[in-house]
Amino acid sequence: MINPFAPVGRVVIGVLAEIGRFAAFVGRAAASCFAPPIFFGQFWRQCAQVGYFSLPVIGLTAVFIGAALALNIYVGGARFNAEQFVPNIVVLGITRELGPVLAGLMLAGRVSAGIAAEIGTMRVTEQIDAMATLSTDPFRFLVAPRVLAATLCLPLLVVAADIIGVMGGYLVAVNSLHFNGVIYLRNTFQFLESQDVILGLTKAAVFGFIIATVGSYQGYNSQGGALGVGRATTNAVVGSIVLILAVNYLITAFFVE
Amino acid sequence: MTLPKLQLVGIKKRLRGRQVLDGVDIDVAPGKSLVIIGGSGVGKSVTLKCALGIMKPDAGEVLVDGADVTRMPREIRARVMRKFGMLFQGGALFDSLTVWENIAFRLLYADNVNRTEARERAIEAMRKVRLTPDFADVRPVELSGGMQKRAGLARAIIAKPDILFFDEPTTGLDPITADAINDLIIDMVKELGCAAVSITHDMASARKIADEIAMLYAGRIVWRGPASTIDSSGNAYVDQFVAGRADGPIQAVV
Ligand SMILES: Nc1ncnc2c1ncn2[C@@H]1O[C@H](COP(=O)(O)OP(=O)(O)OP(=O)(O)O)[C@@H](O)[C@H]1O
Ligand SMILES: [Mg+2]
Repeated sequence: MINPFAPVGRVVIGVLAEIGRFAAFVGRAAASCFAPPIFFGQFWRQCAQVGYFSLPVIGLTAVFIGAALALNIYVGGARFNAEQFVPNIVVLGITRELGPVLAGLMLAGRVSAGIAAEIGTMRVTEQIDAMATLSTDPFRFLVAPRVLAATLCLPLLVVAADIIGVMGGYLVAVNSLHFNGVIYLRNTFQFLESQDVILGLTKAAVFGFIIATVGSYQGYNSQGGALGVGRATTNAVVGSIVLILAVNYLITAFFVE
Repeated sequence: MTLPKLQLVGIKKRLRGRQVLDGVDIDVAPGKSLVIIGGSGVGKSVTLKCALGIMKPDAGEVLVDGADVTRMPREIRARVMRKFGMLFQGGALFDSLTVWENIAFRLLYADNVNRTEARERAIEAMRKVRLTPDFADVRPVELSGGMQKRAGLARAIIAKPDILFFDEPTTGLDPITADAINDLIIDMVKELGCAAVSITHDMASARKIADEIAMLYAGRIVWRGPASTIDSSGNAYVDQFVAGRADGPIQAVV
């Protein structure tokens, strides 16, 4: 007698158990961010890794997206004779949505994968076990600095991305669409409200937290040599992207209401 | 009789549906060296990991100075675990740090020793394991296997632990380096007065460093006695292992 619901139940239980394990990991990671000892040296190193070295990637993404956005809005706006709204919609789209989401997605590839690979390799070569025997909590030494660095650096990166993205739109608008540069910038800044910026930066901080915790979680629990580390890396990227997109919707919906 | 420094009582551990440890009992007194022998995959490394709390045993007690660490809250256990030092089978050096930072890791990050002093003590520990200080500032990947073992050994002893674990300290080394490592282990036990538990397949090393030898087979300690009696144990498992014969009660896993 085969129970057709048994496999479904197994999958559901498996997913719930994974969510539970991840939640416990996140709780311990968050707690270790605030409990001394805090390893500032590691934190600064991660800030350089996550923040500074991600600037080129973020900048390139932002400038091209800003430029393309301006062109598209110009074409769309022309259908309603509303071309003059290009600066307003570009800045709105970038600060509220594209800046944080694209930065989050790029860093899911760059940072989450890097964290999973590094911590995963340390796991399978027993370096994490060794750390515990040296009276150092791997959560405080490895996980906390990465979580803190990503959560604090991503908003800064997004500020940079927003500015560069708006500049991308500005360059296209002034050079190919014959906007007046001064008026374009004035419209941009007059239209922008503080809640747009707050929404964007809130998203960025949450995405940074997601990227670092998912990467650390996958790395910390990897097993089975190079194969396991490879799997952890893939899972980290896919997992953080899916979480970022889902949480992005939730945060946006919450702010819009 | 001195109280054992470390005692494992009835340790059981199931891994991937296989009962790897099925009631392991061992004890070591301060200043004594116990060697655990046994075939590949019988659970020697798992035994040490259970003792260190890296793996959680399913049953049994780990007593340090008579107190069970498996039932302690995390913070208190962390304090007791400071008495342990371990040399890992694969070295397990941190590849993002230099050799001296590896060796001084515990001083730098757990004991808040300043970098200048930590470096001095790391170099002193390097001398002790006969690793030239020229290698202090390179990364562990640039060291040979034998040098990585020495660095791992220096890292394990730098904080002068009471209990030292060595997981296959001599495997993969040439006979001369292996013997030098043996001497180092003997020195450490004598000098620090610590209780040492070593794992090895290498009978020459076992004879040299052990006060007592215990044989792990099928999840239990099947024989234990003074190192000098290993050749007259009267135990079929031990005889087969010491002689290295394929025929006997132990089936080689092919
Ligand atoms: N983390 C783990 N997860 C699942 N199974 C494990 C794990 N670690 C060890 N095992 C299993 O436990 C058994 C004992 O492993 P252990 O590493 O203790 O062997 P060993 O006696 O140290 O062997 P060797 O001399 O080859 O190092 C093996 O069958 C191994 O597959
Ligand atoms: Mg082993």
